[in-house]
Amino acid sequence: MPYIESVTCPVCGCLCDDIRLRIEAGKIVEVKNGCAMCESKFLGYCGEHRLSKPLLRKNGELVEVSLNEAVKKAAEILTEANYPLLYGWSSTSCEATRVGLELAEEVGGVIDNTSTVCHGPSVLSVQDIGIPSCTLGQVRHRADLVIYWGCDPWSAHPRHIERYTSFSEGRFEKSEWKGYLSKTKALIVKKKIEKALKRVFARQAPSLSPSVRREPPPTLFKQGRKMIVVDVRRTRSAETADYFIQVEPNKDYELLEALRLLVRDEELEVEEVAGIPVAYLEEVADLMIRCNFGALFFGLGLTMSRGKMRNIDAALSLVRDLNTRTKFTIMPMRGHFNVSGADTVFTWQTGYPYAVDFSLCYPRYNPGETSAVDVLLRGETDASLIVASDPVSNFPRKAAEHLVKNPLIVIDPHMNATAQMGDVVIPSALVGVEVEGTAYRMDHVPLPLKKVVEPPEGLISDEEILRKILSEVRKIKTGKTEES
Amino acid sequence: MTSNQRLQAILITGRTIDQGVGKEKGKTSKEYFDGVAICHIDPADLKKLGVKGNVNVQISTIYGSVIVKAVESPRAPHPGIVYMPYGPWANAVSDPDTDSIGMPSLKGINAEIEPIGDKPVLSLSELLKSQFGKEPYALH
Repeated sequence: MPYIESVTCPVCGCLCDDIRLRIEAGKIVEVKNGCAMCESKFLGYCGEHRLSKPLLRKNGELVEVSLNEAVKKAAEILTEANYPLLYGWSSTSCEATRVGLELAEEVGGVIDNTSTVCHGPSVLSVQDIGIPSCTLGQVRHRADLVIYWGCDPWSAHPRHIERYTSFSEGRFEKSEWKGYLSKTKALIVKKKIEKALKRVFARQAPSLSPSVRREPPPTLFKQGRKMIVVDVRRTRSAETADYFIQVEPNKDYELLEALRLLVRDEELEVEEVAGIPVAYLEEVADLMIRCNFGALFFGLGLTMSRGKMRNIDAALSLVRDLNTRTKFTIMPMRGHFNVSGADTVFTWQTGYPYAVDFSLCYPRYNPGETSAVDVLLRGETDASLIVASDPVSNFPRKAAEHLVKNPLIVIDPHMNATAQMGDVVIPSALVGVEVEGTAYRMDHVPLPLKKVVEPPEGLISDEEILRKILSEVRKIKTGKTEES
Repeated sequence: MTSNQRLQAILITGRTIDQGVGKEKGKTSKEYFDGVAICHIDPADLKKLGVKGNVNVQISTIYGSVIVKAVESPRAPHPGIVYMPYGPWANAVSDPDTDSIGMPSLKGINAEIEPIGDKPVLSLSELLKSQFGKEPYALH
């Protein structure tokens, strides 16, 4: 029975590389060590939603065509366009992104990756302020205080806590898994008692606000690893934490700046900030200063809510301030498995991490002007190439409207909303399952993606498809030059 | 069960594990539809709307409106906040304004919630057709 060990999971930015797969008759039949999303990908990647044949829109309907016809049509659309958008890149290999950048330069378009609607503001802020960061291995072995701010790893990065932070068994810091288990057991008993009491006093309404005003519990000052979650909702991660701070929506900036003041021993002349009593915040600031190695992870709760990049400015500055008192690091929780890789390849090819415009024949970068959502909202693009992404689902409707209105080329292994709306749809082999590649973890550690099964007949990688389109574009352009 | 009650709320969009599992299974799968064509409403707010969980509601913002299934939030209490997983249904009502930095405002949007009775939640293909007027690829 062949097992494949140490497979890298191509789902989220954790890029877990300890996945064990059992293959039978060329199919994956068992997944070990993976989270729910990992299992869903490895076991369900070849289901009914898989694209098998290239499609071309003829008379308003998508019909099956040959790969050559689809590639030729894609190249024609991109060559004829004045200002095409090339978008996606975070769920494919670095090798494919490299070819994509070459193509963007060749057709004089704007190329952007999903950072633009994800951690784009974090990138801008890091360029302004800098980032005191480290690899996840350092956090695993050393961090005794972990803060998750505006992110829910239980849902979006399910093994982050287990592999890299509070529940991981580090060299210098031990796992808090057992403590969590006993806490959960106690909670179950408490819930059972509450239910029984409710049955007895049937009409008594349950109290709704204890978590909002909850003061820091004594367990927060125990020995060992501590975990704090700051969020607008009591997420699964919040339930795992030693302390949950429920911030009012759009008030993260105030809370971060208040903590900065407290860390610098300044006094706050208010009773509460963002719904949290200052007395509680003083205890949190104290805990931050007293830890030996702190790690702050932040998510889209900061980048998407009011303030956007200014929230990240405040978070980075807080960590900078903390580094005058102790050792503290900060890291964005990157979503797609290779969004860090896309930023990295963009940067070493063009000098800029995302939103790169080649319309003047040299790379220009001005997020807000050259970023995907903005060029779509202004109605400037006249064609799009989408690789391994689903902007029709993930962009606000008004931006997606312009995308759909113009010729739309989609390269993806699966049918999705964007492919459904596409004019040329080219199916690809799945990187990390059917073809090899390289991806960067959220801490910028590059890891190899393995090929574990053969791709369905006729399917080639994103990289090969892009190379075919690029060579076809060059042929058309050379033909035009010769004609003139 | 219908009611004329309306609820002013703050709409937050984000990730859930069901959305994550659904998207890996396939964006056109039933699991994805069940995971994202929903909204989480606080039990106190459901009471204000005069409904229990698992009824269809219309979510309206100044950017658009969409019908999704309302479920009692498993992450309560968060009165005044309505939570929707990322997806085409959430983006029918999300704020496209990028504040000149490229990032749309996908969290903290003012919204109005209203029970809609028997009106159904549109499937992915129906939603795409109604929003963009272009024929989506017919799913089998």
